Amino acid sequence: MDRNNAIISVRNLVKNYADFTAVKGLSFDVYENEIFGLLGPNGAGKTTTLEIIETLREKTSGEIIVDGFSVDHDANEIKRIIGVQLQAAGYYPNLNLVELMELFAGLYGVNIKPMEMLEKVNLQDKAKAKYKALSGGQKQRFSIATTLLNSPKIIFLDEPTTGLDPQARRNLWDLITEIRKNGTTVVITTHYMDEAEQLCDRVAFVERGEIIALDTPDNLIDQLLSRGFERTKEVKKANLEDVFINLTGKEWREG
Amino acid sequence: MNKPYNHTKATLALAKASFRSIMRSPSAVVFTLAFPLIFILVFGFLGGGGIKVDLAIAPGSDLQNPVIKALEETAVINLVKNKSKTEIAQQLEKGNIAGVIDVRKNTVPQPAYLANVQYTSASMDKGNILKSVLNNLMFMLNTRDLKPSVAEIRESTVHGRTYRTIDFILPGQLGFSLLSTGVFGTAFVFFSLRQTLVIKRFFATPVKRASIILGEGLARIGFALLGAVFIIMIGHFFFHFTLIHGIVTVLNMLVLSIIGLIVFMGFGFVVSGIAKSESTIPPIANIITLPQFLLSGTFFSIDHFPVWLQPISRALPLTYLNDAMRQVAFEGAGLWDVKLQILIMLIWGIAIYALAVKVFKWE
Repeated sequence: MDRNNAIISVRNLVKNYADFTAVKGLSFDVYENEIFGLLGPNGAGKTTTLEIIETLREKTSGEIIVDGFSVDHDANEIKRIIGVQLQAAGYYPNLNLVELMELFAGLYGVNIKPMEMLEKVNLQDKAKAKYKALSGGQKQRFSIATTLLNSPKIIFLDEPTTGLDPQARRNLWDLITEIRKNGTTVVITTHYMDEAEQLCDRVAFVERGEIIALDTPDNLIDQLLSRGFERTKEVKKANLEDVFINLTGKEWREG
Repeated sequence: MNKPYNHTKATLALAKASFRSIMRSPSAVVFTLAFPLIFILVFGFLGGGGIKVDLAIAPGSDLQNPVIKALEETAVINLVKNKSKTEIAQQLEKGNIAGVIDVRKNTVPQPAYLANVQYTSASMDKGNILKSVLNNLMFMLNTRDLKPSVAEIRESTVHGRTYRTIDFILPGQLGFSLLSTGVFGTAFVFFSLRQTLVIKRFFATPVKRASIILGEGLARIGFALLGAVFIIMIGHFFFHFTLIHGIVTVLNMLVLSIIGLIVFMGFGFVVSGIAKSESTIPPIANIITLPQFLLSGTFFSIDHFPVWLQPISRALPLTYLNDAMRQVAFEGAGLWDVKLQILIMLIWGIAIYALAVKVFKWE
């Protein structure tokens, strides 16, 4: 990644709730076509930050520019060029996946072929299924498909792999990598460091509403090592997840 | 990407999705169609015959005589035969039958028969009907061959429209159907869309809030109108529900349905806003619908209510919808003729939407 254009720029973002401050003056840039990770414990302010960028939440102060549009004045323009996957969103009840796709096509004002969108996330066999009847991994893939409808420049994924089994998780990584390859910028939050290390070009660590580190995963690891850190247990060339994948096979299953 | 965003398209996409969802939701179909239809069926079959008076024939009574024959031809009288003396005595005491008749051949030639009738104090009103039917019948039988000496009755009946039970019940059931679709449907949908973050996901698209409300409203109106047409058609073709000007009357009723539904949806928005959880929706919605169901003349004309209750009835919006529906359907009134009823519904509408704007929650 060279220092190319910042497609998102956040300056001094502050969000106060009635009784506490969730975000305390965050500043960072997301570059075009990178996968940017927001990491940190629960309640650190990751989701709040994402939702303010997505124009779903009001900020208290600060400045945010998304692809040249300000969240203050051009919320609707921003909504048209981003795709949003929420942490726990539901979908309209009693509709099958094709019908949900048609609904979102109408909401985004685009003409798409629902089946093609479902094929992108490998759900064409589930076209007539209801969202509720999908497995965890299928639900997340469907959610991601809805974010791609409007051919967005940026997609936001809030903990897309939480609760998935190793196969489904790896499958989702492939999908996210694929989306980036097609020119889309990806902003992702996760609790899994192996995932961040594997996927993200750069990560920001958020703690109590502040960024405490921001760099490439490699640099951050090197910095830690240079401070003399050593793992207590010697690392082998494989870990238990490798064993799991090796034993149970790579293809994901839907349960 | 530079093409302007189309709000109409978004609204219609939402309306389509919502309509599909409603059609697949069992509770919506049950409340809008099944309940009203059950009531219509029950009352449609009940209301056919008018008053019937049960008259038992005493065991041992002569059956081959002009009196019994004439009674058999009388529509009001339902003859109960083949009952034992004790059975008849019991039923007389309970008032299940209005009287018992015992016809005997007379031992002397004039008159040819003697008819002993016993009434019961347990069924005085029917007994009086029976009495006058019998008097009339005897008079006819006895004077058949005589010229009247004082005056002769020449009877005739004006042929007016028959006001059947269905003409009263169907508009009431239609109103009830609109009320429950409007209140329950709207309250549940918006509460659950909010709770399951469906609306939040919508907000991440360029759709406007007005489009969400409008799309939902259109779907619900479409569904309720389909239901209304279905109920009217069943009533008309199976139970002879009166539609004076045919299709024009139906269209007028549909316009009234839309007005009523929009008002009732306002109640639904309020309920979805004040309900704390899914399980508090039914009790709150019932507080709104049940009194109207009972007091707005759905089953009984409010003129029959005690005087102190009538002002309450006359304050409820469903009363005016029912009233307007009946005038349009049976009396052939146009929409302008029921402007007062429409006006009162509109006043309710303005009041309830003012409240809905205050209490409705998006998140």
